[in-house]
Amino acid sequence: MSRVEIRFAGFGGQGIGLMGRLVGEAVSLLEEGKNSVMTQSYGPESRGGASSTDVVIDEGEIDYPKATELDYFVVLSEEAYQKYIPKLKEGGILFVEEDLVTLDENAKKAKKIFKIPATKIAETLGSRLYANIAMLGYVCANTTDIFSEEAMLTIMKEKIKARFVEKNLIAFQKGMEYKSDS
Amino acid sequence: MSKQKQKFLEVSTGEHFTTGNHAAAEGALAVGCKFFGGYPITPSSEIAEHMALRLPQLGGNFVQFEDEIASIIGILGASWGGVKSMTATSGPGYSLMVENIGLGMMTETPCVIINVQRGGPSTGLPTLVGQQDIMQTKWGAHGDFEPIVLCPNSVQECFELAIEAFNYAEKYRLPVTLLLDETLGHMSERLIIPDASKIGKVERKKPKDSPEEHLPYKPDDDLIPPMAVAGEGYRVMVTGLTHDERGYPDLNTKTQDKLVRRINDKIRLNKKDIIKVEEYMLDDAEFAIISFGSVARTAKGAVNRARKKGIKVGLLRLITIWPFPNERIEALAEQVKKIYVPEINYGQITREVERSVHGKTEVKGIFKLGGAIHNPQEILKEIEGDA
Repeated sequence: MSRVEIRFAGFGGQGIGLMGRLVGEAVSLLEEGKNSVMTQSYGPESRGGASSTDVVIDEGEIDYPKATELDYFVVLSEEAYQKYIPKLKEGGILFVEEDLVTLDENAKKAKKIFKIPATKIAETLGSRLYANIAMLGYVCANTTDIFSEEAMLTIMKEKIKARFVEKNLIAFQKGMEYKSDS
Repeated sequence: MSKQKQKFLEVSTGEHFTTGNHAAAEGALAVGCKFFGGYPITPSSEIAEHMALRLPQLGGNFVQFEDEIASIIGILGASWGGVKSMTATSGPGYSLMVENIGLGMMTETPCVIINVQRGGPSTGLPTLVGQQDIMQTKWGAHGDFEPIVLCPNSVQECFELAIEAFNYAEKYRLPVTLLLDETLGHMSERLIIPDASKIGKVERKKPKDSPEEHLPYKPDDDLIPPMAVAGEGYRVMVTGLTHDERGYPDLNTKTQDKLVRRINDKIRLNKKDIIKVEEYMLDDAEFAIISFGSVARTAKGAVNRARKKGIKVGLLRLITIWPFPNERIEALAEQVKKIYVPEINYGQITREVERSVHGKTEVKGIFKLGGAIHNPQEILKEIEGDA
């Protein structure tokens, strides 16, 4: 496996940082023979506005810790889509929160586009806060070189506050099972 | 062991996924730091935050002072009170600290300062990376002294070098600076903390003579005086003025010469023990990169990419920045056609490398002035132009 770059992006409060942290941690600590580095946007922009988290995965040492040409772009807001879509590489893969992102010309370079109403799915569980985890489930079901379901479930149980674990596991499952019509 | 219990151990043994800032804080705790005095500043604040959480659990103390001047004096005082002490800051805060880092040098006070570099001068780029405090850590304070400055390039090394920083501080009796940068401080990756029994701890020498005979600044053969602290029954004299072996101000050329020569020589004569470098693919190298901190990661990436293209490049990574490994660099200059120095400043280590090579090879700085680290391609492009 060579280097894989993933960016998670949305607006402040959607739990974008948590997505990156869970993925980075699942890979680093539980996926045999893989390394990961996670970095987060850290400027004033992380207080409201577009927020992003990058995870770089490799079997070897990770020399450059930042993402430059995204293999995967997982986006949960229009602003973040507009800001970062140029970074998606030609033939990369795009995951979008379909109710919050309007795709344009730029999306054409994606080899594949996966759409999910993650926020609506989360709302069926009582809070839109679970949208990030529903999205992670959807990413997990449709990719093979990022993280395994088993690793993610283990990390979620360890890292998410006890009283939120159950709902998050359901959100993850719903994301895993979601099939897009388009 | 349950999570709850583990929180209250000095050494958080196990595998973690965490930031350079937290790793450095855990390294300090693992080696026995019991006092943090500081004033929060981006991008170092997570160190203070983590110490505020962890120190009270371990019976230590955390003080948020009114500013950086008080913070550095506070940790000097804590050290004279007998505990391992530290602070963490960034460029603007380090600027405020330098006067009293000089006091720490003159009074031979063990302590550790972590500087998580951001772009400067002045308040500059609070949230973005820089490597612009290299010369400040060497020349910031007035007067002659030989600082020890260590520069990690991974989260794991932030932990390990925090331990080393304390060990050097205790062994050689001086403030030691651990120089991180924003990229390293904020990125998360795997950190493996070994069993407590595997943490090598150095403690300051204690006097062997009686309180009546004891001279607080009389060195042993290694030029380092044993250190008695307040409350042990020995006289404790601490002054920034030129002082004799009793610690009394003695303002003349003879005492000055003896004291200043000694506090410099105790480091100069032990460069072999202090200087650490990593050599990568240098054996057959025709070109070399000299790099440090987070940029050294991408420099290694550039070496790997160049090697795939058949260009013989190697990397000399500086782990110890000060004292400077000038002898190793001079030897390298006799081997390679050109040395490249990528750094996030306008030429600080580059100048020191130029001094070290004595004109034996060409030196080319690759500068970024702050805000982002080099990517491997930027470094590779320079080398390809010459190969």
